[in-house]
Amino acid sequence: MEPIIQVCELSKRYQNVLAVDRVSFEIREGICFGLLGPNGAGKTTTIEMMEGILEPNGGQILFRGNPIDTRFKEKVGIQFQHTALPEYITVRETLQLFSAFYPHPRAMKEVIEICSLREIINRDNRKLSGGQRQRLLLALAIIPAPEVVFLDEPTTGLDPQARRNFWSLIKRVKAEGTTVILTTHYMDEAQLLCDEVAIMDHGRILELDAPQRLLDRHFSGVLIRVPAPGERFITDPTQLPSGAEIRDGAVELTTAQLDETVRRLLTMELNLDGLSIHKPNLEDLFLKLTGSSLRT
Amino acid sequence: MEFVRDRGALFWNILFPTLLVVGFAVVFSNGGESVFRVGLVGHGAPPAQLSGLEGVEFIRYDGEDVESLEIILNRLRRHQIDMVVDLERSEYYLNSEASSAPILRRLVAAPLSPASDSELIAGAAGHDSNPPAGALGFTERQIAGEPVRYVDWVVPGVLGMNMMFSCLFGVGYVLVRYRKNGVLKRLKATPVSALTFVSAQGASRLVIALTTSVFVYLATNAFLGFMMNGSYLTLLLVTVLAVICMISIGLIVSGRLKSEELAEGLINLVTFPMIILSGVFFSLEGTPQILQTLALGLPLTHFITAARAIMLDGAGLLQVMPHVATLAVMSVVFLFTSAALFRWE
Repeated sequence: MEPIIQVCELSKRYQNVLAVDRVSFEIREGICFGLLGPNGAGKTTTIEMMEGILEPNGGQILFRGNPIDTRFKEKVGIQFQHTALPEYITVRETLQLFSAFYPHPRAMKEVIEICSLREIINRDNRKLSGGQRQRLLLALAIIPAPEVVFLDEPTTGLDPQARRNFWSLIKRVKAEGTTVILTTHYMDEAQLLCDEVAIMDHGRILELDAPQRLLDRHFSGVLIRVPAPGERFITDPTQLPSGAEIRDGAVELTTAQLDETVRRLLTMELNLDGLSIHKPNLEDLFLKLTGSSLRT
Repeated sequence: MEFVRDRGALFWNILFPTLLVVGFAVVFSNGGESVFRVGLVGHGAPPAQLSGLEGVEFIRYDGEDVESLEIILNRLRRHQIDMVVDLERSEYYLNSEASSAPILRRLVAAPLSPASDSELIAGAAGHDSNPPAGALGFTERQIAGEPVRYVDWVVPGVLGMNMMFSCLFGVGYVLVRYRKNGVLKRLKATPVSALTFVSAQGASRLVIALTTSVFVYLATNAFLGFMMNGSYLTLLLVTVLAVICMISIGLIVSGRLKSEELAEGLINLVTFPMIILSGVFFSLEGTPQILQTLALGLPLTHFITAARAIMLDGAGLLQVMPHVATLAVMSVVFLFTSAALFRWE
């Protein structure tokens, strides 16, 4: 099947900073595609070039095999990272306003239902909570009944409940056959929603695959951590099983044979209080690939 | 919608100019009544009967030609001065509707033929009767006209100023705010073209500015009853043109800016010269020629001058045509400039 969006050798330079550096990837129709990366990795620049908002300095973007044209805007829905809503108007009026912009807008009732806006329909935009705002912004994005929806960090700043709520909306949009492209720096979000993820840093794509395949490729097994093994193991690490390391006063080791390793640890007179077994997730991979999650 | 729901904006656009007009009416209601102002045309000494009198102030219009005699007489007609003496032709003019006319006539006539009070009053009341042969061989001529109070004069100025603020801040400030907080960016992501969006903004502001202007006009007129001698249709035409002109200036200012502070500064930079030079509160007559020439480059000057001509002198469309044409040309030029400058981001 032909991909719905192809990105070829895309570059964007801001003054002296190369924000996006010859990035290429393809997105299959109907999937949820995640662009992950630390702040400043080039996620927003990339997605905004794909939306047709930013002009790339090099490379091109193909939509269904053709360069994006003026009609492209009628076929996509966009939710920006920071968007103020028009002030002094209500949720209903905002929906009416944006419906008027498109030649074939979706029925208002449907949009209200999908994004559960019924209770807040007559509320002033300025009085919406963070989660309600994001729901309205998503509603604006799906008004044109788009083939592709772009969501730039849609759940940043939301409380856990609102985030879960929002995820179910995204799943619903995807279930209708809409291709979803989202950027995020929440790894749990990517793991839960995305069929494919691209991990970006310094304007380049480091890895691109389905989340599980990426994990399988980079991690073999599970991580065992013993927080307080006992003084003698710290002063003399040679007594530990091979592959184990002391980190912050705790013993850490990665193993593919969990059962065998645990049995061995039991025979070694380690203090196993607080032992934890951790299955590597995207967050671990993200940290491994980008070095730091705290970089801004 | 935004305009009506933002109570602050509503206040500044309607209540503020209304209060301003009322304020000026109160402040200036008692000015200049204790002194007779006598305009002198031509060379020579003022009539002996008037000179040396306390409470008579002479204003010399030396070397004025006949055309400006008409202008001076207009001032008399509008009660801005009380008497005009043409020394060259030995004529003096009084406004038969002014309360000062009988007193001045008696003053002038006093030494030659002291007349009784009743005769004087009869003479003053009879507009159509032949003017009596005046004193000192001066012939009396009468003209008539309602007084122009300061408030009548200042109303077009305040209306114009309010319109200017409404358009410049309404369009300029709003667009810059929308650009700054990303509303424009969100609109850019829709199929709406920049031209459609900007025209819609302009059209809605046109309706708002016209509505508030009409409201301010009606509200102030309700308790001040100011002068309107011309056609409302002509006044409306001039107002519409001026509003379009101001909106396009607002669009130029806000074409690319992203900072509200800078926009505010720029708008002030545009509005202050207009408030001072366009004759909102005081006439530019008697100021250096260069200022008056500069003022002709400001759209507000043309609106206020035209509106005053219509309201005070009852000028028709033909008489204000130069101003109408100038406003139209300015509007077209500014609109194209703003279209060329506009950016979503």
